[in-house]
Amino acid sequence: MASQEQLSAIKRAKVLMVGAGGIGCELLKTLALSGFQDIHIIDMDTIEVSNLNRQFLFRQSHVGQSKAKVARDAVLRFRPNISITPYHANVKESRFNVDFFKEFDVVLNGLDNLDARRHVNRLCLVADIPLVESGTTGFLGQVTVHLKGKTECYECQPKPAPKTYPVCTITSTPSKFVHCIVWAKDLLFAKLFGDKNQENDLNVRSSDTANSSEHSEDVFECRKDEDIERYGRRIYDHVFGHNIEVALSNEETWKNRNKPRPIYSKDVLPEKQTKENGNKEKGCAADDVSAMVSLSLKNPQDIWNLVENSRVFLEALRLFFLKREKDIGNLTFDKDDQLAVEFVTAAANIRASSFGIPLHSLFEAKGIAGNIVHAVATTNAIIAGLIVIEAIKVLQKDNNNYRMTYCLEHPSRKLLLMPVEPYEPNRSCYVCSETPVSLEVNTQRSKLRDFVEKIIKAKLGMNFPLIMQGASILYEVGEDLEEDMVAIYAANLEKALSELPSPVTSGSVLTVEDLQQEFSCSINIKHREEFDEEKEPDGMLLSGWVEAPVDKDNNKPIGNDESTSNALPSGETLEGEKDDEIQETSEVVEAFTGKKRKLSEVSEVTAPDPSGPSSINQNKPKKLDIDDEADELIISDDWESLTKKKKL
Amino acid sequence: MDGEELTEQETALYDRQIRVWGADAQRRLSKSHILVCGMKGTVAEFCKNIVLAGVGSVTLVDDRIVADESLSANFLILPHENHYNGKTLAEVCCDSLKEFNHMVHVAVETGDISTFGVEFFEKFDAVIISCCSLGKKKLINRKCRKLSKRVAFYTVECRGSCGEMFVDLLDYKYSKKKLEETIECQIEYPSFEEAISVPWRALPRRVSKLYFAMRVIEQFEDVEGRNPGETTIADLPGVLKLRKELCETNSLDESQIPDALLERLLTDTREFPPVCAIIGGILGQEVIKAISGKGDPLKNFFFFDAMDGKGLIEDISGPSTRS
Repeated sequence: MASQEQLSAIKRAKVLMVGAGGIGCELLKTLALSGFQDIHIIDMDTIEVSNLNRQFLFRQSHVGQSKAKVARDAVLRFRPNISITPYHANVKESRFNVDFFKEFDVVLNGLDNLDARRHVNRLCLVADIPLVESGTTGFLGQVTVHLKGKTECYECQPKPAPKTYPVCTITSTPSKFVHCIVWAKDLLFAKLFGDKNQENDLNVRSSDTANSSEHSEDVFECRKDEDIERYGRRIYDHVFGHNIEVALSNEETWKNRNKPRPIYSKDVLPEKQTKENGNKEKGCAADDVSAMVSLSLKNPQDIWNLVENSRVFLEALRLFFLKREKDIGNLTFDKDDQLAVEFVTAAANIRASSFGIPLHSLFEAKGIAGNIVHAVATTNAIIAGLIVIEAIKVLQKDNNNYRMTYCLEHPSRKLLLMPVEPYEPNRSCYVCSETPVSLEVNTQRSKLRDFVEKIIKAKLGMNFPLIMQGASILYEVGEDLEEDMVAIYAANLEKALSELPSPVTSGSVLTVEDLQQEFSCSINIKHREEFDEEKEPDGMLLSGWVEAPVDKDNNKPIGNDESTSNALPSGETLEGEKDDEIQETSEVVEAFTGKKRKLSEVSEVTAPDPSGPSSINQNKPKKLDIDDEADELIISDDWESLTKKKKL
Repeated sequence: MDGEELTEQETALYDRQIRVWGADAQRRLSKSHILVCGMKGTVAEFCKNIVLAGVGSVTLVDDRIVADESLSANFLILPHENHYNGKTLAEVCCDSLKEFNHMVHVAVETGDISTFGVEFFEKFDAVIISCCSLGKKKLINRKCRKLSKRVAFYTVECRGSCGEMFVDLLDYKYSKKKLEETIECQIEYPSFEEAISVPWRALPRRVSKLYFAMRVIEQFEDVEGRNPGETTIADLPGVLKLRKELCETNSLDESQIPDALLERLLTDTREFPPVCAIIGGILGQEVIKAISGKGDPLKNFFFFDAMDGKGLIEDISGPSTRS
């Protein structure tokens, strides 16, 4: 049990939890059992069925209700006399400002997306409140401790950014199933069922002929009096047949690639599709509409063949128009929308078939399309225990004993739970060390809009930016802006950087602030003419900003959204082997070799290491004295040998 | 797949974990029967984990009447007199566990587990015991091992910042995918008695000090006729004396079992909730692996100490069963 001092520190503490999901439920329970008496918890989500396998504070009857509130009620049942304050809200709301954060002794994150984590990180830095971060994916997990000025902040180390794919890979040259999913979801589904006014690259081809774009806009519209089945086949033939033929006509594209084959519905499904399914739909509520049910395809784990996929494609499309007409035009893909998942699976599979890419089951496709993170209760429970242990140390200001802990699937040198000393702050971190970043961009071609969306928001994580060059404000967002200013900023967005009222050219220095995060950073602009379409699809290159190496391309969930384990490779299933284990450990190790030093070495002053993240830490890390025996922390001894085994 | 497919309800509920271990493993879990004895905090955590995972049934054994201190690390017990007055730990935990997953059958078995015959254990696929004396651990393990069916055996004990877990899967065969092919693996486990009988000098160097310390405490409680955890600082001299004897017999340097560690284990006997969550989680994972036949099970001890934060596996086995 905790010692007397620990207990009084715990009793007095005011704790903020951000997230009441997988980690959150376990954490709230363990905090309450450990004696914490004043806990605040923020979560914007409501409860879903798929949560119930691990978020044990929730029941079937709670589906649809606020996670924060239900979690609170559940815990009060076994600890009625403590105070838990729930907020059914987004942590990014302005009321959760620096003053709010300052009220707490420690902040504990149990989030599932990078964006929110960065937001909380920045606020904790400004408020100077310790942050304990965590994440889990399958059997993997980690807990890290962040104290301003003493340890790295959450953003000092590279975090894998959400995976994006070049447009041409998606529209013309897919080579993996995930490319087909993105096509089916973000292009075809969006075109047919989403906002018609949105720009859509569906008909973008390697060689665009002048007259094609206008004509093809009509192709996707259902014509007056057109039979739904005919319409479906027409769409099918257009995207899987005609578009492929057009793509094939550009020889250059296929010089070093396998050619796709066009697929036409008449070859796969002979015309006579009887309407025997009509009866099955009686009494079917709009929500339950399903092509699988209609076609008696029972098992979501089955991999359908081309014929079955084609049937699902046509049936799903038909059901959308027949039963969910009012939704058409406003739909965005939702992984919990069964019919949408069926459609996207079928469409992706047909495209995959065309390009010789292996087909996948609905279960797998849903995971990829929905960025589903696989999750179990046990890992969350372990991580929650580790978080509370660190939180107690933080409360006692036990500075020498903070640890980052990694929960591994396969033991490394006997360790399943691997503690590591935290590192001191990264002096080049643009977040906590206020180092400027540099941007290479074609200032004459790239517009301010691209800069704002792809750099400021996506990469730098600033959601409400104020952009200035010197004293000129180029762009800002806010509620109380004057109309004419809003108009000017809107106009600025459409201008190339060099054409802005205060022109941005090579050598310009921009200051960007996010008032909500109370965070600001400088960006040095450098003009560059050409960018590689494949490697630099954004046409802009940010440096001095720590970015993880690009993830190996495979059928893993696309985005970082929903992934809670950021510093670790996303979890594999239980198939492990020695090589994987070493790879896994070395990736963990790789994540923080380099110029960083451990807390215990801070007394020396060394020059920053100019080489990148892959260089090995030259300073021999100090042994961590645990007890009188000078027991070595396994990790510190083996840095060098572990990194040598690294496969690259 | 044969006609035994997961129901729609199961597929929806277990979606996220099926993505971890697959539908086959989920099916095997749903047919499994688990016996649990000793309902303290760590075991409560474990039970929560396996009920959520969707095992077929969980049978609880613990006739101790709920007392105030039972509530300290066990979230399955609600502090309302009506809820627990006069009831046994097993009964109260059973009611709470049922709520986590209606598809899991949770039941209570009354009586002293050491009196149950060998046939009783045959009903189960895994047996987990906690809060048990040394004698009881050996006895139950022996009974399980007598069966022709493989019954996985686990013990778990948490004291203060420390936790220990033991695994016995007898002769365990399983398959796993290595690159493109499936390979067959086999691990032989020693019984609890065999494991702790391995002479200390025969163990690899740098075995966790916690292993030795727990054995000293375990022996002390056995010799003194104490219930597990029934120790105080006043016992330190006796424990140190026992340590000296054991180290001499085993040619182990006494410094391998530090005074400070023994002191902690003697005085800090109550469970510490974060450690319960960690050990309960590791144990949960291990049982799931053994039942589903997927994943490398740990062999054969797991230790955690919040002081150094290491969670490590020790292979304590004689030459015949050493991996």
